[in-house]
Amino acid sequence: MTFQEKLEKNIWGLIAMVAIVVSIGGIVEIVPLYYLDSTIEKLTKEEDGIRPYTALELEGRDVYIREGCYLCHSQMIRPFRDEKERYGHYSLAAESKYDHPFQWGSKRTGPDLARVGGKYSNAWQVQHLRAPRSLVPESVMPNYAFFEEHLLDATLTEKKMRALSMVGVPYTEADFTGAKAAVTGKNEMDAMVAYLQVLGTMVKFEKGKDYRE
Amino acid sequence: MDARVSGQPNYNMAIVKSFALCAVVYLIVGALVGDIIAWQLSFPSLNLNEYLSFGRLRPLHTNAVIFAFGGCTLMATSFYVVQRTCAVPLWSNNLAWFTFWGWNLIIVAAVISFPLGWTQGKEYAELEWPIDIAIAIVWLSYMFNFIMTIANRKTSHIYVANWFFLGMMIMITYLHVVNSLAIPVTLTKSYSIYSGVHDAMIQWWWGHNAVGFFLTAGFLGIMYYFIPKQADRPIFSYRLSVLHFWALMFGYVWLGAHHLQYTALPDWAGSLGAAVSIAMIIPSWGGAINGLMTLSGAWHKLRDDYVLRFLVVSLAFYAMSTFEGPVMSLKTVNALSHYTDWTIGHVHSGALGWVAMVSIGAIYHLLTRLWKTEIYSVTMVNTHFWIHTIGTVIYICAMWVSGIMQGLMWRATDDYGNLTYTFAETVVAMHPYYVLRSVGGLLVLLGAILMLYNVVMTIRGAGQQKAAVQPVKA
Repeated sequence: MTFQEKLEKNIWGLIAMVAIVVSIGGIVEIVPLYYLDSTIEKLTKEEDGIRPYTALELEGRDVYIREGCYLCHSQMIRPFRDEKERYGHYSLAAESKYDHPFQWGSKRTGPDLARVGGKYSNAWQVQHLRAPRSLVPESVMPNYAFFEEHLLDATLTEKKMRALSMVGVPYTEADFTGAKAAVTGKNEMDAMVAYLQVLGTMVKFEKGKDYRE
Repeated sequence: MDARVSGQPNYNMAIVKSFALCAVVYLIVGALVGDIIAWQLSFPSLNLNEYLSFGRLRPLHTNAVIFAFGGCTLMATSFYVVQRTCAVPLWSNNLAWFTFWGWNLIIVAAVISFPLGWTQGKEYAELEWPIDIAIAIVWLSYMFNFIMTIANRKTSHIYVANWFFLGMMIMITYLHVVNSLAIPVTLTKSYSIYSGVHDAMIQWWWGHNAVGFFLTAGFLGIMYYFIPKQADRPIFSYRLSVLHFWALMFGYVWLGAHHLQYTALPDWAGSLGAAVSIAMIIPSWGGAINGLMTLSGAWHKLRDDYVLRFLVVSLAFYAMSTFEGPVMSLKTVNALSHYTDWTIGHVHSGALGWVAMVSIGAIYHLLTRLWKTEIYSVTMVNTHFWIHTIGTVIYICAMWVSGIMQGLMWRATDDYGNLTYTFAETVVAMHPYYVLRSVGGLLVLLGAILMLYNVVMTIRGAGQQKAAVQPVKA
């Protein structure tokens, strides 16, 4: 009796065999990412300005996730000439190391946002979120005027930061205690703009340096 | 348990009927929401309010199609196949009904929670943590019942369709549990325990295997039972099915990394993903050939068997998209196709062409067997076949053109090295194709509505037949 035939007659053997076979690929591709040093780029002190999001930025990021922005906007610039022209320096793994979950996206119905921070004024961002077609007539983005009507729930921010610190985001006691004051009275529009304006601005790139092996 | 009615085991067909009916209804729901968001991309003023905006409805569409329609189809067919091929009733009827009501409650929870914006922000795994826990419990109840039914079987061998169903159940358990691990903040908000590059790899390990196992292995289980049954021929090659099965189980798992070519994911992972993707053409085509060759000597049946047409054309789409996928995983092609509508088109050639068509075929097949009657209108099945096929082809072609055009426009530069097009100009160029895609989707939706009507009329007809045969009892 061949091994295959044995499995076909023994459900427990078949389950065990399948359970092993389907686990291999995932283990080989995921586990090394945790122990290979090259997975996340090493940055010099001058370059590395990567920090956890402030209370307001974090609230903005949660709005971004809630609205499903990642379904139309990527946050991952690839190392191509046209992407450099259009969006800026290619993205580093280090830049999203505090992103739970990652927001790289898979589709660009709208442009990449990985380095949108500082590209437009706050006033532009507010107007664009309120009514995208008032600034970009070709846009197919929904209007988000309601962000201005929603006040942030300041009681949750500290809780959110504590949850993130449990999974490795280095928030400090000062961050926790200051969280409530930082978002009180602010609405979702303020938070969203704060988040968009910080995107891609934390690393000071050295010109001509190759960040990928 | 072993009670037999007229020599046949007392199969639980009520559960199969219920899941099959749900699948037909959810096909309409999934296609409806999908078509709404397609029109929203064509005419953005259709984003009526915060609850019905594209970003909130899109997860509803993907989850409705994959888990509501796909899930109910898998549960209907696997519970049917496992009973028939093991010659025993389900291990536990109560557990099966728990799975049924549990799964439907989860779907209701999804319909409520997505418009409200409760999401974990990971594609096809958006449901928040309490619902994720419910999914794990209900899924295990389904798997346990399936396994115990096989353990109790009266036949000596486990039929090939059941291997595929089993592989799907085991892998989905791994994927769902690992990818959904999150740290809760409130009942409706949590953060993934993974971040950045690690989260990306785990997410696409999940994402591609939701396709590879839920939407492929499971539906291959359907193929291995329903095509031989409908064609009334044995499977072409047993050896090929063994090869197909193990190669698929081993290989599919590696493909997720090809979703992250040229991103900040280390190069070796993407290359590995692409290499295995190319190799996967062999088992995928092996499976498609195995299904198609089952018809050798019976091709004439396609002339008037519309149910068989659905099943066979689904395999043609399966072969096509399992060729297209590996091509798109290659770095040079991916550099162009990634982030564009080409990906959306590829997914839909798989989802509408392969998954939906094999499901629709299997459900029509079940309809006559479960309700022991003829289909109300064979003409309508034929009409459904053509509407669905034409709608799918329009959809895919529109996305091919828009996707490739988008990719080319993004990278176009003039003689001085400046970008030729602004992003906004590429958005305008997509408009006609977005409208065309919405029309294709509308045809698929109309086909699904026609199917529901046909199914309802068939069941009503079966009820009347019964009443006519047994006037005394009535």
